[in-house]
Amino acid sequence: MDDIAARVDRLELDFDARGLDPFGVSKWHLTIALRALAFLYRNYFGVRCFGIEHVPPRGRAMLVGNHSGGIALDAAMVIASCFLEMEPPRLAQGMAEKFINRFPFASVWASRCGQLPGLPEHAQRLLENDRLLLVFPEGARGTAKLWKERWSLVDFGSGFLRHALRAGAPIVPFAFIGGGDAIPTIANLYRIGQLIGVPYLPITPWIVPLPRPAKLSIHYGEPLRFEGSGSEDDDVVRQKVEEVKARIAALIEQGRSAAQ
Amino acid sequence: MRVVIPGIAGLLARKVATRLLADGHEVIGIDARGWPGAPPDIELHAVDIRKRGAEDVFRKRRPQAVVHMATVTALVVSSEERYRINLGGTRAVFEYCAAHGVEQMIFVGRHTYYGAGPDAPLYHTESEPPQELGAYPELADLVAADLYAANALWRLPKLSTAVLRLCYTLGPTGHGTLASFLRGRFVPMVLGFDPLFQFMHEDDVAAAIALALSKQLRGVYNVSGPQPLPLSVIAAEAGRRTLPLPEPLLALLVGRAGLPQLSRGALAHIKYPIVVDSSAFRTATGFAHRFDELTTVQTFADAFPAGGRARQLPLS
Repeated sequence: MDDIAARVDRLELDFDARGLDPFGVSKWHLTIALRALAFLYRNYFGVRCFGIEHVPPRGRAMLVGNHSGGIALDAAMVIASCFLEMEPPRLAQGMAEKFINRFPFASVWASRCGQLPGLPEHAQRLLENDRLLLVFPEGARGTAKLWKERWSLVDFGSGFLRHALRAGAPIVPFAFIGGGDAIPTIANLYRIGQLIGVPYLPITPWIVPLPRPAKLSIHYGEPLRFEGSGSEDDDVVRQKVEEVKARIAALIEQGRSAAQ
Repeated sequence: MRVVIPGIAGLLARKVATRLLADGHEVIGIDARGWPGAPPDIELHAVDIRKRGAEDVFRKRRPQAVVHMATVTALVVSSEERYRINLGGTRAVFEYCAAHGVEQMIFVGRHTYYGAGPDAPLYHTESEPPQELGAYPELADLVAADLYAANALWRLPKLSTAVLRLCYTLGPTGHGTLASFLRGRFVPMVLGFDPLFQFMHEDDVAAAIALALSKQLRGVYNVSGPQPLPLSVIAAEAGRRTLPLPEPLLALLVGRAGLPQLSRGALAHIKYPIVVDSSAFRTATGFAHRFDELTTVQTFADAFPAGGRARQLPLS
């Protein structure tokens, strides 16, 4: 058994005798997918990870960070970092873009690897099951950032914060640095994207959105805990959202200066 | 307790009847189909549930409880006929209950109520509305029957009504949608999709219904057993081989070449999962399933070894 399979075995999820959990997360699929991610993480990008000790080893928590790079490379590397750098390893479960579930194979692989469609019901249920949720509050507008906008943050949704309040889950902010250099988007083709059923198609200097081996780093910050029930007025929630956003912006600055 | 079971000739209903009899209830069955070899202690009336003869049973025998299992799912039954049975029959049963002083009603519905689609969450709760009905109109009459039964909660306050939304059943009788899908040597799948299927052993279903009766359950409840499994895993555990075909090709081929019959809308049910949260039912009744997911598949596979012929698929 290789290192990845051994780590998958040590994931603290409720796997049954066939290696499946109640959400359909599968050891077999995870092992294959994480082998690929581990190669990208360790060898192709050589991702540097800071502050992984801020991610709680067990219990519900929400990783919240910036989108960086025209496709969800950031999510993949954050999943790899929690899996490879934590002891015991943890599975970060992203809130996948809903279009993924419409595509053959992508639908199966995303859900078998715990990346369920980004529905409020899933966010709430995963947290209540003491899972580690991975959220990008910028949404698809975040991955659509062009190369020149790579250090900026677009508007945050507020749904994630209400879920965190409702479930009493700490928010672990993180900054993902370098995605814009790995996949420098020069334009997004929205109309062609809609024709094939995706929000947009990112175009790079080498046309296809395949990442080059740029230097990537992930910077986790100390967990933020907010008090509340999740049914507060929007301006109250907004205030807390801005606090998270400011924390992530600070982590991005910190990561940029460390990268230079 | 004196219990009337409309639809008693169905394989699952027979299990429920036998179970209730063993629990010490007096069981009366109504079903036009008849039940050859039924236990002698069960009183059978071979009449259509919508006809006067059925109401006479209520009038003369004055049952305290009804377990309504007279709904059909088979797509082979023409839609008009199915509509009459599912909605017309359900309505008639509720009217008999109201008119003849029945205290308790258990409507046995299905978890397919929620519908399958790319945007549907895993683990539906009872408060969610039905979805994707437009894509699968064949389900409309069952959804309507479910909603009609549920509104008896306020329409007929003296009748304690429980609407149970049961996940698929599987077991040695080979009854049900999932079982008919697994009957053949090959299990057709939509290429690139492998939804979770939630199912429970038929004996656990009978136990759950008996428990709902003894706890005088009132309200709408999802009922499920062990955790769901991907269709490919169920097929493999049952000793079947999967036949993944691109969706357009599968849509052309279903019902031919030994593949089960399947309507266009039903394809969504083998692309996307329908999984329910049954924690409310477990809390209310203390129900715990006896058969885990792998044992359940095994009991089916032992009764139906691979190699049998595929049957018409009543998917709903």
